[in-house]
Amino acid sequence: MSNCRFASAFKTLEHWLKYQLHAQEHFTLWYAAEDSQFVRFNQGKVRQAYPVLQIELTVRLILGERHASARINLSGEFEQDTAQLGQTLTQLRGILDVLPADPYLLLNTELWTSERQVPGRVPELQQVIDSICGLSQGLDMVGIYAAGTLYRGFANSWGARGWHECANALFDWSLFDASGEAVKSTYGSADWDAQVLSDLFEKAREQLHHLSTPRISLKPGQYRAYLAPAALDEVLSMLSYDAFSAKAFANRQSALQQLHLGQQQLSPLVNLREQPSSGFEPGFGHDGAPRQDVDLIRAGQLVGQLVNSRSQAEYSLQANGADQQEMPHTLVMAPGELATADVLRELGTGLYISNLWYLNYSDVGSARLTGMTRFATFWVENGQIIAPIETMRFDDSVYDMLGTHLLALTREQALCIDSGTYERRGLDSHVLPGALLEHLTLTL
Amino acid sequence: MMSRAQSSLRRFMQTCAHWPDFVSLRLVEQQSRTLAVTRNVIEPPSLRNECGVMVCVHVDGQQAFAATSDITLPGLQQALERAQQTAKALRGNGLVQHPIANNQGIRAHYRSPELDLPLPDTADWLALLMETSRQVPNDPRLVHWSARLRVVQEQQLYLDNQGAEILRSQQQLFPEIGVNAFDGQHSQRRTYQVAQQGSANIVTHTGFLDEARRVADQALQLLLAPNTPQGQRDVLLMPDQMILQIHESIGHPLELDRILGDERNYAGTSFVTPDMFGHYRYGSDLLNVSFDPNVTGELVSYSHDDEGLHAEKQLLIRQGILQRPMGGALSQARSALPGVANSRACNWNRAPIDRMANLNIEPGDQSMSQLIGSIEHGILMATNRSWSIDDARNKFQFGCEWGQLIKNGELGAVVKNPNYRGISSQFWRKLSAVGDASTNAIMGTPNCGKGEPNQAVTVGHASPACVFSHLDVFGGQA
Ligand SMILES: [Zn+2]
Repeated sequence: MSNCRFASAFKTLEHWLKYQLHAQEHFTLWYAAEDSQFVRFNQGKVRQAYPVLQIELTVRLILGERHASARINLSGEFEQDTAQLGQTLTQLRGILDVLPADPYLLLNTELWTSERQVPGRVPELQQVIDSICGLSQGLDMVGIYAAGTLYRGFANSWGARGWHECANALFDWSLFDASGEAVKSTYGSADWDAQVLSDLFEKAREQLHHLSTPRISLKPGQYRAYLAPAALDEVLSMLSYDAFSAKAFANRQSALQQLHLGQQQLSPLVNLREQPSSGFEPGFGHDGAPRQDVDLIRAGQLVGQLVNSRSQAEYSLQANGADQQEMPHTLVMAPGELATADVLRELGTGLYISNLWYLNYSDVGSARLTGMTRFATFWVENGQIIAPIETMRFDDSVYDMLGTHLLALTREQALCIDSGTYERRGLDSHVLPGALLEHLTLTL
Repeated sequence: MMSRAQSSLRRFMQTCAHWPDFVSLRLVEQQSRTLAVTRNVIEPPSLRNECGVMVCVHVDGQQAFAATSDITLPGLQQALERAQQTAKALRGNGLVQHPIANNQGIRAHYRSPELDLPLPDTADWLALLMETSRQVPNDPRLVHWSARLRVVQEQQLYLDNQGAEILRSQQQLFPEIGVNAFDGQHSQRRTYQVAQQGSANIVTHTGFLDEARRVADQALQLLLAPNTPQGQRDVLLMPDQMILQIHESIGHPLELDRILGDERNYAGTSFVTPDMFGHYRYGSDLLNVSFDPNVTGELVSYSHDDEGLHAEKQLLIRQGILQRPMGGALSQARSALPGVANSRACNWNRAPIDRMANLNIEPGDQSMSQLIGSIEHGILMATNRSWSIDDARNKFQFGCEWGQLIKNGELGAVVKNPNYRGISSQFWRKLSAVGDASTNAIMGTPNCGKGEPNQAVTVGHASPACVFSHLDVFGGQA
């Protein structure tokens, strides 16, 4: 087992808690900690910078078929934390006293252990600030640097244990042209390399030249279009909310309901899999279930869904390691045949879309999505980039975009690391190709 | 009553009292519980007891922070040192020289309304939610429903070494009901939500049980309804859609940090530029928009923002003309524009930035029947379900749960999947009638996302029903 202070503090608390249990009581513990450094930039300078030391513990108390959970912040100091955990236990017991049995409680009492440590080299803050500000000289750069080690732990009173430690640094930034156009880039690594960052800056700086041409304004209508992996990632991220969830299918709330009912299908080119075995997430979930790889879409047909233990009990399905939200965290979309180098030629005349933004459903029942173009979207004629376009809104069904209108997927896949930091730094990632569409409908 | 964490924060601040540099400490202690009954089955309750401190220091005009959940005295000392080291690491690479706030002598204690009234215990709440859930009739087409409640109690203590001491004791309640109807082919979802500060009266006085029956009935009506016809119509937006419209196409574009470019890599920019304040026509003469932290019960009423700036009501748009943006002390200094007290952080672990707080449309003089009566060819839309807007907050498309056609001043047939699209800079000029106080509702949203690192905050919105002329309206696929 890791001997870092977070791992040993977690183990000590787990041990302490075991001796607090009353007869028949059980617990599960989920531990999430980070010691992070955030630096936010604007105009190539530091706008705001701070470290965050944050320890969270979620304890679920189980007595027979009754259970309730509480998430608390910990200090890392034993006396303080056991006092707090003790109070929380009392609070949870008070709640269990008034609860009826939960008909959908399904406990995983298997004994397992899992440990993974991904060692990393995160640079010194001073070095990061100096090098990023140095590279940004003369450029209008805006972005966020987030780095440090992330810790995740699981333990239950039946003896299952998991520990996951992962150090990384992620820099997500845009370079802006005076026209307001921008190139977005991301560099994430467990082993920070200043030279790689410098090369990426250089590449973005070159792309910026394309953006100084005056924007073309397009009329609403249908256009042949290429979605780069980051743009396609937005579509999959939108679907990730609840389109693959067993609960959402059962509640008739999934956007892919018609695919589920067999009334629609996607292109045979589409193969999609939740593949935690290859991601950055721990190999175990919040309620102690080992995560599993799950095929979701095979050759355009829905073949799987994400099922947690509650859905297993409620809908008589087989659980497959999904967490409470039944959201995918490490989607992998199979590649196609189109060489990325040939994308412009195959696109011919149409839109090259680097990123999409702010997607939502315009008709959830028919999986119709709307959203905006953002960052480096170009008009292309005869395989040549002509100029950036004015921000446009699209509105199209997933059954068209990834169905009847999908012409090809690229042979190369890109790794899209989720730079999200709501409440805590995340570990989600997607691996996916780019997509060439016969047409995409622009509406405004 | 002072919590242990608050006493330890005070003790620690005493050790910083005579430091030459500015130091502030912001302690957040938040207790919340989420209770739910789904299809008449109680879901396992979940609690949160969050606690942590954000330290802020200024060293040679450079501001830096450090956040920690270690609130022991050594933990606070370590956070202070990390904040100082961070400030020093900026060495000439800081974007702005930070003005020192003048918080001398501020003493304040904001309390949510009816904070002294005791809250029901978990058993009573669950009984109410179960009774609410049981209001949903037994109809095989009603495939899923739930009644939920989140109660959040938060104490925030802000101290600085200029002597400011600002305590905020807030209690927020978020009751909601959702019902899904399905006819074997298509489904429709209808919801009801409240988000306010105050006591249990927020839930019990709103007729929660009646709302469950209404929502279930309307979900079934939508299942039978035709799609919203496509074309130009006058649109009557009810308050539970107006709040989203205000939020996305007035609130975000008027955030001063967006205008200053801080959010260009994530939340985006704004079509509003600094030169527009004081004369730009944002909307018709009927449009009056306020930043108002003093509305009793509204979700984000407070006395001071998270940097100690005193909060007061300001009109951001007066009779359609843009007056001032939403920017806290720092943004005001950076831009030389007036602002409001809106420097807010989502929690102890994030530093404050410009946010909406309570952002409202001031009521007009039309009753609901006058609003409907004034429309020849139109549609009423209620309850937001979909929102999307470009990164400059201009081209938008919004969808609602509930639509009802209006013909010759009369409310008519129910239609499903009502959507409309427009452009912010033109949209508000089409505002043709504003409802009076009887149409006004105090609402809010628990999840406004923005900032790097990301922060989701609560936002309050109050709005009357409003009419917009000649909008592009459309429905879903058959
Ligand atoms: Zn928002």
